[in-house]
Amino acid sequence: MVKVILRNREWELRPGMTVRSAILKLGLDPEAVLAVREGKLINEATLTRDGDTIKLVAVISGG
Amino acid sequence: MKCKKCGAVAVINMRHHRLALCADHYLDWFVTYTQRTIEKFRMFGSGGRLLVAVSGGKDSLALWDVLLRLGYQADGLYIKLGIEHQGYSDVSLDYVQRFLETSEAANPSHGPRPTQHVIHVVDIKGTYGESIPELARRTGRGRGKPCSVCGLVKRHVMNRVAQEGGYAALATGHNLDDEAAVLLQNTLRWQTGYLARQAPVLEATHPGLARKVKPFCRLYERETAAYALVRGIDYIYDECPHATGATTIFHKESLNRLEGRSPGAKHSFYLEFLRAKKKGRLLLPAEEVELHPCEKCGQPTTAPGLCAFCRLWQ
Repeated sequence: MVKVILRNREWELRPGMTVRSAILKLGLDPEAVLAVREGKLINEATLTRDGDTIKLVAVISGG
Repeated sequence: MKCKKCGAVAVINMRHHRLALCADHYLDWFVTYTQRTIEKFRMFGSGGRLLVAVSGGKDSLALWDVLLRLGYQADGLYIKLGIEHQGYSDVSLDYVQRFLETSEAANPSHGPRPTQHVIHVVDIKGTYGESIPELARRTGRGRGKPCSVCGLVKRHVMNRVAQEGGYAALATGHNLDDEAAVLLQNTLRWQTGYLARQAPVLEATHPGLARKVKPFCRLYERETAAYALVRGIDYIYDECPHATGATTIFHKESLNRLEGRSPGAKHSFYLEFLRAKKKGRLLLPAEEVELHPCEKCGQPTTAPGLCAFCRLWQ
């Protein structure tokens, strides 16, 4: 399985989908997050692998 | 997905530019694109000293990093707002100081050292007697949200420090998403006065006003975040506790939904607005406002007597 983390939320998804598909599947906006795996930024077309932990970084700030 | 320049694995795909880049080429592209923006809008030349408003967030630290890498003499200004929720102000100042002490841009391991740069820290409570949350509670300005008071105080302090320090310009980390959100907000309400004034460069139209520039105004927020991540800039990730539910965030999310459907929508919305304004296609009234010095602090104001900032402290 693939663990996806955004702030204090966690999900588990099946491996083999693209990062963009994973973000959409979780109901999140691909424009509003970046994906990091093993400390490195990864592009939206990257395929997730079994055992991956993907950290999503929210990019929107404001006030 | 491969880097368009070298074929290595891309770290980012910018759909509106149809451009995917690896880490090294992305960092180069980002710096070059910022320099092109500085030149395109004639923000500043290589000679003058710059004051960069830094909050500890991704945009302002990335901007300081890029300006130092480009060889500009850029000092920082951190305004300590006194937001105590989970030590927000102390933590954000720590990020700024850590950047200054450890970043590669401020302390390059090779190549020429950048011109000596300093950080000005203005503690609002220490200087004026009350923190932003305390001031907001006492004055009631902003209907329970300190953001209105915060913006007013920050604008005053930034202008004062830029003026006193003789800086050629005050640079802020506003990105394209920030600008597009403001544009959407002002368009929804047809705030023609604000629309007329929105620009990447705010000229010093009065001797008491500092010149203000936004070198990241053509870069998406996810691009500045990506730069900070790839560059290894440690920034405060948590949002200001008072920003929860802010209208700006709602407008950014709305624009991102458009962007998802139509890559480049935000880019066109903002940059075509600037282009139309420049070509005179938007017949916005040029408001002639008479500025005069505030009786107390001397900064320009339209109000008779004291400026809005000084009235806060009465």
